[in-house]
Amino acid sequence: MHPILKLLVQRIALGLLLLLAVSAVIFLGVEALPGDTAQAILGQQATPEALANLREKMGLNEPPLTRYFQWLGGILTGDLGKALTNGADIAQSIGQRLGNTLFLAGCAAAISVPLAILLGLTAARHAGKWPDKVISGITLTTISLPEFVAAYFVIYIFTQLIPIFQPVAMVFPGMTFWAKLNAVALPVIVLVLVVLAHMMRMTRAAILNVMQSAYIETAELKGLSPMTVIWRHAFPNAIAPVVSVVMLNMAYLVVGVVVVEVVFGYNALGQYLVDHVTKRDLPVVQAVGLIFAAVYIFLNMLADIIGILANPRLRHPK
Amino acid sequence: MRIPISALIGLVLTGTFLFVAIFAQWIAPYPIRDVSGGQWEGPSAQFWLGTDTIGRDILSRLIYGAQITIFVALASSVLAFSLGAFLGFLAAVKGGWIDQVLSRIVDLVMAVPSLIVALVMLSVLPLNLTVLILVMGVLDSTRVFRLSRAVAADIAVMDYVEAAKLRGEKGTWVIFREILPNALSPLVAEFGLRFIFAVLFISTLSFLGLGIQPPLADWGGMVKENKDGLIYGKSAALLPAAAIAALAISVNLVADWILTRTSSLKGGRGG
Repeated sequence: MHPILKLLVQRIALGLLLLLAVSAVIFLGVEALPGDTAQAILGQQATPEALANLREKMGLNEPPLTRYFQWLGGILTGDLGKALTNGADIAQSIGQRLGNTLFLAGCAAAISVPLAILLGLTAARHAGKWPDKVISGITLTTISLPEFVAAYFVIYIFTQLIPIFQPVAMVFPGMTFWAKLNAVALPVIVLVLVVLAHMMRMTRAAILNVMQSAYIETAELKGLSPMTVIWRHAFPNAIAPVVSVVMLNMAYLVVGVVVVEVVFGYNALGQYLVDHVTKRDLPVVQAVGLIFAAVYIFLNMLADIIGILANPRLRHPK
Repeated sequence: MRIPISALIGLVLTGTFLFVAIFAQWIAPYPIRDVSGGQWEGPSAQFWLGTDTIGRDILSRLIYGAQITIFVALASSVLAFSLGAFLGFLAAVKGGWIDQVLSRIVDLVMAVPSLIVALVMLSVLPLNLTVLILVMGVLDSTRVFRLSRAVAADIAVMDYVEAAKLRGEKGTWVIFREILPNALSPLVAEFGLRFIFAVLFISTLSFLGLGIQPPLADWGGMVKENKDGLIYGKSAALLPAAAIAALAISVNLVADWILTRTSSLKGGRGG
């Protein structure tokens, strides 16, 4: 087999193995923690008979390993079970909300990635001078803010000081694309702020790293303009680290989305998760937790794969 | 020794926060639960920063909030450090299957974002301070493990460690007397970063309603309590939010300074 293909197959197999292990932790690890599902549903006042009946009905008396494989089998066939709190089908509830979450994260990615690369290039071009210092100073501040803190400052600015947006983000199935975009404007601004800083700083570092190479010096000595040097010589060689930075930050976005959705009351997967953690609805939490974990693992895997494809040195491990 | 101005600001602010947290009981003008004024009162001589959604003094709650936020964050980062550093050193010194098992477990935990793991765990565990500190500490110890294992792996091949092993010293002696003193400076800067992470983590959990439970107040919980006022132009929620940001930024400035100092120190010696 071609060495690159072999490496890719290995990396994908590793990702799948990791996902399987994570699913086992999410199901069996939670089983091992103190706490009783039947008690959680019926509450503290439940009689022992009622508890025993419910355990029987839900199959809680089966050994954990058997239930894990039933759960896993269900997930592979698209059956995520039913929510404890209202008996709703989990797969159906997730379906609509997943779309909303992806829409929000997609908008944030579409704005933050080009902006971060542009700012990173500008900062690297003027390294040490005032544009660099201004950009670095602002990003250092936003990097220290948790998502919800950034969110409330943004809400205050755009609903009180300059009232141009609504503080809640509601999206309905029948809305036009533009109406949806308008509705998610504030949460998108917050997410962009939060991921931009990381992405921009790492882009800047990657470009500056390449700028120290001998061929950059040659290009400069040839008399090329600084922007040409960066764009034609430094950037192509910095693509691999930049792309993996972007992917890592998309993975980070997955977590940021959870908090931001709660702040804006945006009806999507993150809010669904937090809501059901509060209600202690274990089947929902396990299913949604696994989805978030899967997306995170997938994006990390993608970052590695692009890294392998873009960097010839990584294709030949010792 | 010259301290750069940014680090000085960071040190002073961090010191102030610690002082307020330790002496909260004496500094705070009102008790934490007292409803002493009307709802959403503006700043006045009686209530310096105004009152919150049910009329409690915001300044007092901010001060007590500093105590709880900093205590929980400090406790969980100390736990993360003791656990992570010990296991990291152990893995580096012993190698073999111990290293393999520990490293694979850490890989597994780090393959999922901490917030998601914490949410899954908190959906079954009871919500109290001990559980929060344990969950956060254990999750964060994975990052400390990676760092201390890498640092200790460099030290473990040094002649003096080899000498101690040949003398017949036990594993714990090698870890605490040979490796720990030499690994301390990179770990100190890391402690600052882990502490900030813990502050942001507990604030986020409390904001989601899954951290510190009312009537106790931490900063994240205070943002949650007062967030609805923002729409009516009541900016009470911004004060605890600003406190979180100020603490994170000032500790960051100090950690940055320690980091550059220790690395320049290393560069000087390595020459």
